[in-house]
Amino acid sequence: MSRVKTLQSLFKRYRRPGDIVFAWFFLIVTLVLLSQILDQTAYKKGAKLFAQPRFWPAVSLGGMVAFALFHLLGSALSERIAGRWREVLLWLASFEYAGWFIAYALAVPYAGYLPTTVVFALLLSLRVGYRSALALGSAAASALVIVVLFKTLLGVNLPSGQIYEVLPDGLRQIMLTYF
Amino acid sequence: MEDLIAGAVMLARWDVALALLVGSIGGVIIGAIPGVGPAVAIAILLPATFSMDPIVGLTMLLGIYGSSMYGGAIPAVLINTPGTAVNALTSYDGYPMTQRGEAHRAVSLAYSASFWGGIFGIICLILLSPVLALIAPMFGSREIFLAALLGILLVILAHRGQIFAAGMLAMFGIFLQTIGLDAVTYTQRYTFGLSFLTSGINLIVVVLGLFALSQAFFLLTAPDTSPDAKPVTGKMSAGIKELLQHKRVATVASSFGVILGMIPGTGEFTAQFMSYTYAQKTSKTPEMFGKGAPEGLIASEAANNAVPAAAMIPLLALGIPGEALTAMMLSVFYVHNVIPGPQLFQNNIDLVYGLYIALILLNIIVMVFLLFSTNLLTRIIRIPTRFLGVMILLLSFVGVYSLRNSLTDCMIAAVFGVFGLILKRLNLPIVPIILGMVLGGIMEVKLRSALPRLKTPLDMIDRPIAFIIFVIILLVIAFHIRTLVKEYCAHQPDEDHDLHDTQAR
Repeated sequence: MSRVKTLQSLFKRYRRPGDIVFAWFFLIVTLVLLSQILDQTAYKKGAKLFAQPRFWPAVSLGGMVAFALFHLLGSALSERIAGRWREVLLWLASFEYAGWFIAYALAVPYAGYLPTTVVFALLLSLRVGYRSALALGSAAASALVIVVLFKTLLGVNLPSGQIYEVLPDGLRQIMLTYF
Repeated sequence: MEDLIAGAVMLARWDVALALLVGSIGGVIIGAIPGVGPAVAIAILLPATFSMDPIVGLTMLLGIYGSSMYGGAIPAVLINTPGTAVNALTSYDGYPMTQRGEAHRAVSLAYSASFWGGIFGIICLILLSPVLALIAPMFGSREIFLAALLGILLVILAHRGQIFAAGMLAMFGIFLQTIGLDAVTYTQRYTFGLSFLTSGINLIVVVLGLFALSQAFFLLTAPDTSPDAKPVTGKMSAGIKELLQHKRVATVASSFGVILGMIPGTGEFTAQFMSYTYAQKTSKTPEMFGKGAPEGLIASEAANNAVPAAAMIPLLALGIPGEALTAMMLSVFYVHNVIPGPQLFQNNIDLVYGLYIALILLNIIVMVFLLFSTNLLTRIIRIPTRFLGVMILLLSFVGVYSLRNSLTDCMIAAVFGVFGLILKRLNLPIVPIILGMVLGGIMEVKLRSALPRLKTPLDMIDRPIAFIIFVIILLVIAFHIRTLVKEYCAHQPDEDHDLHDTQAR
């Protein structure tokens, strides 16, 4: 870890590659949102300015535009750091894992919490490069512990899978309640 | 005194004791693993605690909050990687000590200093309570509005070098909480005709996305690493004796922790640095700082552990969270219909004392646990980062889905997860968004309820406390401008550092 000499420099955060892309993106989204303010918020006749439903969206979006402009200006005037587009590609790559998460959430109500969690732990471990029996075994065991801890012991509100309906009577009830 | 006993009675239940034990030991383990911080753990566990009694849920989360910094010191000292962001300065002197073969001395000193700071913070909190109970009722809508405004301002200004980014993210947080049906006028705000937006964007979904899922994505997209910490040999209680030789440094550092912990938006980081600077300036061997000075390690650890207790002051007395973790805890209070604020000290003072006692107990539990299990933790630290990513992803589902069994929530959380990853990669702060959401909501409600009593804008500050907060706001702005001018005149060369990158952990 690098050393810091003064209080001022300690608090400073330094730029990283790709910040101008983010600055542009944020500013454009903010401007689009601000342009919708008349459509998306109401104005109540007779009410005071501070009590208007439009007041806080206007203040926050106004603030966002002002700060985003200065942030963009700061990025544009700073020296360019190499690796901008490689960084953006990495951001886009993270959507794959967002997809995994949503697919997992989609599968649970059908395939059941326990089977889905174990299968996803194994598949995701394979996806990120683990091949050893130890790693895959640990992933499956950890998935089992998560299910037992949250669903079986703590009784957290998680759905039971439709797949459990095909199980024999006694087992079905146990699986629906605890797994 | 009766209230203190009532608080103790509140804790004398097996489920509270278990929650405290799980929270404090779990907190140490979570703090010790670089890659999972208390924010990730609290975000995931938050919905699970909703079904528990308020005192059970709160003690568990408080346990994680208060104990994670103990654990965070271990990797900071042994492998130069702080377990939590606030242990950053611990590695400055802790790691050189490890390199010199004094790992055992450094770790045991860190534990002792943490314990000192933790207990000192709670004692201050208990002593301050009667004063708070007197002052808190003087806070009306105007005062709380101004205090929340001061909180937002401090959060923005605390992110030096990225003030504009912090500003736009704080404003984004305020904007997020306005989305949905306006509770007073029943008009739609930025719902774009989508029914799921009518009820607004849930704070917990955002928290889970920004802290937990983003961390999973961050670890899964980065190269796999496995930190290698060597086992430590020797008696862990040795540090207590050495700490007693540096009582002054430990006490002053803890005081910094308490004072700065009370101020929203500043917290552990500033407290650590100010106490470190103090310790260095008053040391007989200032040249040793950064090369393995025990006082430096003590200053850093005593300061950051005094903060959690102090951060409870604005949260409990005014309902204003100072940073992300207390903001998350605020939602637990709300879910259980316990509204932190001036009335809490008048009506539920036993709960407040119960929390204080829980804080003392957790410090004792953690200290005892660490005296015997440091080497176990050095093995846990070695979990590969991508494996952690997989686990955080699976656990995040528990948090998001259990909230209201909504697939839409999962999608929103996933979007915020990607957004959080981008912020982490860019070294931009996440905390302003969460505080913007919480404090923005408070400001809107309080300003509205203050309106009927305001004839002119000056009425906003015609009461003593409102006036004092207003003056503080002006002073903060003036002080910031002065620092900018001084910095500009000094022409200091920029020195890049990766200190804030630790927030990703």
